[in-house]
Amino acid sequence: MLRFLVTRVALIIPTFIGVTLLAFAMIRLVPGDPIQLLAGERGISAERHEQLKIQYGLDKPLMVQYAIYIGNVLQGDLGRSISTREPVLREFVALFPATIELSFCAMLFAILLGLPAGIVAALNRGKAPDHVVMGASLTGFSMPIFWWGLLLILFFSVYLRWTPVSGRIAIQYFFDSVTGFMLIDSLLSGQEGAFKSALRHLILPSIVLGTIPLAVIARMTRSSMLEVLSEDYIRTARAKGLPPWRIISLHALRNALIPVITVIGLQVGALLAGAILTETIFSWPGVGKWLVESIRRRDYPILQGGVLLVATVIILVNLTVDLLYGLINPRIRHAR
Amino acid sequence: MKKRLLGAVAAAALALSFAAAAEAKTFVYCSEGSPEGFVPYFYTAGTTFDASSRPIFNRLVEFKEGSTEIEPGLAESWEISDDGLTYTFKLRQGVKFHSTKDFKPTRDFNADDVIFTFERQWKADHPFRGTGSYEYFDSMGMGDALKSIEKVDDHTVRFTLNEPNAPMLANLGMDFASISSKEYYEAMQKAGSVEKADLQPVGTGPFMLVDYQKDAVIRYKANPDYWKGKSKIDDLVFAITPDASVRYAKLKSGECHLMPYPNPADLAAMKQDKDLQVLEQEGLNVGYLGLNVEHPPLDKKEVRQAINHAINRDAILEAVYQGAGAKAKNPIPPTIWSYNESTKDYEYDPAKAQDLLKKAGVTSPLKLTLWAMPVQRPYNPNAKLMAEMMQADLKKVGIDAEIVTYEWGEYLERSKKGEHDMVLLGWTGDNGDPDNFLQVLLGCAGAKDGTNRARWCNQEFEKLTLDAKKTADLAERTKLYEQSQLVFKEEAPWVTIAHSVVFKPMRKEVQGFQISPFGHHNFYPVDLAQ
Repeated sequence: MLRFLVTRVALIIPTFIGVTLLAFAMIRLVPGDPIQLLAGERGISAERHEQLKIQYGLDKPLMVQYAIYIGNVLQGDLGRSISTREPVLREFVALFPATIELSFCAMLFAILLGLPAGIVAALNRGKAPDHVVMGASLTGFSMPIFWWGLLLILFFSVYLRWTPVSGRIAIQYFFDSVTGFMLIDSLLSGQEGAFKSALRHLILPSIVLGTIPLAVIARMTRSSMLEVLSEDYIRTARAKGLPPWRIISLHALRNALIPVITVIGLQVGALLAGAILTETIFSWPGVGKWLVESIRRRDYPILQGGVLLVATVIILVNLTVDLLYGLINPRIRHAR
Repeated sequence: MKKRLLGAVAAAALALSFAAAAEAKTFVYCSEGSPEGFVPYFYTAGTTFDASSRPIFNRLVEFKEGSTEIEPGLAESWEISDDGLTYTFKLRQGVKFHSTKDFKPTRDFNADDVIFTFERQWKADHPFRGTGSYEYFDSMGMGDALKSIEKVDDHTVRFTLNEPNAPMLANLGMDFASISSKEYYEAMQKAGSVEKADLQPVGTGPFMLVDYQKDAVIRYKANPDYWKGKSKIDDLVFAITPDASVRYAKLKSGECHLMPYPNPADLAAMKQDKDLQVLEQEGLNVGYLGLNVEHPPLDKKEVRQAINHAINRDAILEAVYQGAGAKAKNPIPPTIWSYNESTKDYEYDPAKAQDLLKKAGVTSPLKLTLWAMPVQRPYNPNAKLMAEMMQADLKKVGIDAEIVTYEWGEYLERSKKGEHDMVLLGWTGDNGDPDNFLQVLLGCAGAKDGTNRARWCNQEFEKLTLDAKKTADLAERTKLYEQSQLVFKEEAPWVTIAHSVVFKPMRKEVQGFQISPFGHHNFYPVDLAQ
């Protein structure tokens, strides 16, 4: 186990170097000078342009810029945003809870709906419920997030008026952020109706963000379940005369879940990518919207720092999943 | 039963969203983006000014609601010397700065605050200059224009200029000229947290900043001591909503009262919605095709006139602006004073264009580059489509236009250097002064430093606009500017395309909101009908 742990953790180092290099290089490959963009049609004098370049450290050769950047990162300094002048880390910390809250609820939605749907489809293989689930999950997987989000808003928020259009909580609730998680903060605030309002605001974005993971989980559960159901030990259980619900929940599901858990872990990365669009549609103040905005402004420090931080989160989640998986399934940790 | 229950839930939800409005009057504005900060000095974006200088601060002079005319602000009155070099402002007395949890003002607004505000942006060695850069102050050329700012007494300030500069008064109404409290900055410095002073703004304006949740919500409350009287709404909330379709959905569901920048495609439905009203006005902008007079044969007036005749602008207005544009004939929009109504526009006439080209001795096909911007701008919603339509029009008169485009920053930079033959671009005005269009975009200095994309330097036009800049008398200035527009039209360094129309959809109960020609959003005059 220790060896597995060490190799797994050691692999993180090259990943980090890759991520910083990519984040640094990509934004610079995109044409566009942040200072020029800041000035727009108004333009900026050549001297002032030079001054600002020096101020932001953009006058030095790329390799030197990268070295300075890495040096600062190692000291925990991710720089300051060009547009707001706030430290990147402070902005990230302020915005990240909103993304976690949304991603968590989306995942919860995907699991709560995806698992049963997959099981039902597997048990009714080739019959109507199977076709419905598979058809729906294929549709869900192929759905453009932007279009899906707007469709739900128009139907549920504008036409039926069941859910609010966007934001995290209704305007009339106003309290200090303690944890950054609106569901918890609204409970702590003690204001009547605040929690309910926060919950209602989460419904549509969670559905939109959870749709793709839901489709993936449902399909994975179905195929894994089908595989398990054809195993010998299931036949034995049936032959023993066990009631069907016991066979399914205790014998089949448990084993079928192992690959599903891996898929769930992998979906965390997809969730953070999906959050970029979902947050923009639902005016959700998280890191996705923040990163999109920084691309438009060519805000190098935010992009570099933000991508690095998000990558760190994904790496950590994947690491945790791998380790957990190793715990659950001994075959993995002995493999190498 | 179930249906009834759903109905009740929906009704409750609706009631909930309006509950706040019934108790204390809360006005919710679905803004299009996050402000970069809450003091205006370091920024140039309208989104930032809507959230900072407009609600929180005042200026010595202000623009009248819904107009580019100047009215007294923190200065009650002013006098301009006959030589146009000194501006003496009498300051309003009894104006109070906001109180915050870190700062309680001990004195009213006075001359020290005015001097502090300007010298901080102007003098490189000012103790409160900090590391920020004062882009707008610099780009308006304030540093070069000012000679000195003196305190005559506590309630009188005198600005002395290096040379007569009539647009100066309009500059003082701009966002960067918002007056901040000297006492506040000194107090924060004493407390060792001077950098916080720029994050927690203290102004004299109609609203005080209460809270900002980054990228989500900005909250203000009415300033009870506001010198013009407390605003009719008690709370002002900006719900930051970057997507235009979602802003519209929020407006329809009653989650906000007013939204900026609607999708043109939604306008027809908005105008029909009985819960909504839509205000519209031509914006303070112009979209144009600049003809580089340094590249032959565009140096010939006839060729430029021919291009003006060759392009069918009515078709462009319909296809590109989709009703959200007004045809432009002058380089300044009609909301600016001195707009010359009598200018004769070039009509669409391909035959005449061909004649003119022949007269100029141009052999067809004439090959020219036509630059199209890669981005949407307020004055041009779709430059690519526009360029394609122009290309087709020009083809008919024997001009082969090759469409060229670059990434936006690159586009600006290269066109500044004059690499283009014809370039699509535009301008949004800063201070409503004609000089801000005519000299910046068409003056000889601009031809040298690049803001004049046609690189056109005409002595007659130059003299008229520079004389106007030095004249304080408004009637005289108007006459000069009107004349300069005729010279411009005859010489045809641009094809003037359109002034885009700005739409403000809002809920029916909103009263008192006026569209600002500058594109500002001011909520002080706003009220909500019960």
